[in-house]
Amino acid sequence: MPLVKGGAEIANDWTFVPDGAPLPGLGRFSVSFSRYLGLKQGQENGPLPNGVRLGPVDDPGQLEPFLPEIALIEVDFPRYTDGRGYSQAQLLRRRYGYPGELRAVGHVLRDQIFYMHRSGIDAYETRRAGLSEVVEALGEFTEAYQPAVSGPATIFRERDGA
Amino acid sequence: MYRYDQFDALIVHERVAQFRGQVARRLSGELLEDEFKPLRLQNGVYLQLHAYMLRIAIPYGQLSPVQLRRLAEIARDYDRGFGHFTTRQNIQFNWVALKDIPDVLEKLAEVEMHAIQTSGNCIRNTTTDHFAGAAQDELLDPRAWCEIIRQWSTFHPEFAFLPRKFKIAVTAAEHDRAAIRVHDVGLHIRKRGDEVGFEVHVGGGQGRTPHLAALVNPFVPEAQILDYLEAIMRVYNRHGRRDNKYKARIKILVSELGEAEYIRQVEEEFAAQRPGEKIDLPASEVARIHAYFALPALAARPAVSKTLEAAKAADPAFARWTRANLHPHKVAGYTSVTVSLKPLGVAPGDATGAQMEVVADLCEKYGHADIRVSHAQNLILPHVALADLPAVYAALDAAGLGAANESRITDMIVCPGLDYCNLANARSIPVALAVQKVFADPAYEEDIGKLHINVSGCINACGHHHVGHIGILGVDKKGEEFYQILLGGRADEKAALGEIVGPGLKAEDVPAAIHRVVEFYRAGRTSPAEKFIDTLERIGHQRFQEALYAAG
Repeated sequence: MPLVKGGAEIANDWTFVPDGAPLPGLGRFSVSFSRYLGLKQGQENGPLPNGVRLGPVDDPGQLEPFLPEIALIEVDFPRYTDGRGYSQAQLLRRRYGYPGELRAVGHVLRDQIFYMHRSGIDAYETRRAGLSEVVEALGEFTEAYQPAVSGPATIFRERDGA
Repeated sequence: MYRYDQFDALIVHERVAQFRGQVARRLSGELLEDEFKPLRLQNGVYLQLHAYMLRIAIPYGQLSPVQLRRLAEIARDYDRGFGHFTTRQNIQFNWVALKDIPDVLEKLAEVEMHAIQTSGNCIRNTTTDHFAGAAQDELLDPRAWCEIIRQWSTFHPEFAFLPRKFKIAVTAAEHDRAAIRVHDVGLHIRKRGDEVGFEVHVGGGQGRTPHLAALVNPFVPEAQILDYLEAIMRVYNRHGRRDNKYKARIKILVSELGEAEYIRQVEEEFAAQRPGEKIDLPASEVARIHAYFALPALAARPAVSKTLEAAKAADPAFARWTRANLHPHKVAGYTSVTVSLKPLGVAPGDATGAQMEVVADLCEKYGHADIRVSHAQNLILPHVALADLPAVYAALDAAGLGAANESRITDMIVCPGLDYCNLANARSIPVALAVQKVFADPAYEEDIGKLHINVSGCINACGHHHVGHIGILGVDKKGEEFYQILLGGRADEKAALGEIVGPGLKAEDVPAAIHRVVEFYRAGRTSPAEKFIDTLERIGHQRFQEALYAAG
């Protein structure tokens, strides 16, 4: 599935390992939030992944102590109308200071990508939008009223400085 | 009123371009209807029974004459000559073709208007007191904060896909004309000493499970209100129910968690915000936005106008109109005028393009370029000199807008019902018009005094039947329309939900039943000064219910 990050289509060298499937010894892989916590807490033995996939109900606050070891967090949007992933992304970036890759997976449509980007998501795995559509979607609005991790200062602040 | 700067204008123009692209992708088949739906909804486009409907935002109900003329033009060029003002202080057009909507949005953008977030599961138009900035009884003008909330909530990246729609209302007067207790968030502006802040109510709403809002915080200082709203929204976005759309409003979250636990979660989220998460609204920006809402320069005038008094003496119909449709202004010699969109026999809240132009002209000549839409679906000229009232009335009356019925029994809030809406179970406009007829005699209506009848064509309650003094709810029973009657609702500072009093009535029996209730009130009131709702609360629902069902 196409993966877009940093204005380019990139190869996906990560693998998501479903719950119950054996963990690979090598390579970059992600597991579910609950499995990740189980591995960290010793309920399951195995190689520690440095990727985590969040479902909509998962509390990203529980990952805070482990964030320095995590290189990929996938935010799953099971349906594009489920907006919980936007709050998870905002929390990870702005409250917990997560610097690694934050990737939208699942039902990722072109017209959600602007909001995802403003919420701190920086990679988009989508079969419904190619590189040119993602780039176009990200450029549809040049200004915003709300603060964000990336992008321009808020309009409120820009006016004050103007 | 607020004027766009280059930032606001750019956002609205970029939105038009974006939506034009979305419509093109839908028309080409690239976007499926299911995927297009949330996009069109966030731009106010509904698929109704007969056609697409376009709902246009009128932020906190304020319009300039230029904007109202533009709406008139759209009514003529893209609709069937009229528009429908809504209970969210917006306007909707029922017959606009999808392919034309981008052009309509462009015409709106030219006059600093848009349709952003007028539907969909996002933060909707913030509403307020329709007499804001003019009312004698307000603490201060709430519109600046409504505008700040409008900007903060526009394209908020975190809150565009909430569990369900989200409505915020603001009042700054003790007498609540904004119905804040039946909103997802109701804000009441208060002062502690010199400090301005907000009393925050959360979880009110109507629909199929009506709730009055819980008091969540008695005083949030104004500098923190956007951050506090962020906390409210985040708790809702993360924990509101998404498994059932009828249980997805914030009122269900508050009631399932319990008020105490809900408040604890909001306070915890608010306390957890780190400095980098705060909205950082500069004081200069707050002051800049407030400056747009300064009271217009109103020349000093005597508190009593000889011109007005003479005209009242000469024309009883005019005198009656002045007794019904004026609201006390904070400046002596001025008043706020309600232009009733509830004349007999017209769908409540409808106005023709020509009528909109009449109001725009009058406003320019006599009204300091300020027009409001009320949630009761009327128009308001908030600043009119008493001496100008005879001329204003004459022009309104000539345009069919002279009804003297503000907050009277024929001034009903009515949803579009089965005539337009694909959610409705029953028609609402015909039953409302039939009830109006019973009270068509202006002297009789004036004798009845203040009485709100609200009519909905289904349990979604767009006609606010839960908070009418008398509510009428259309239901479908095996293919036949029935109407349930509710008594005792109110949306003001003493907000209460009406109670269904008994079995539904056939449409043709509703007018006589309402008439019996009104006659029972007139016979039972202590004096003509005792309002219907006060008599009802004093005597109790039971005897009114008996009157309702007494065989005629």
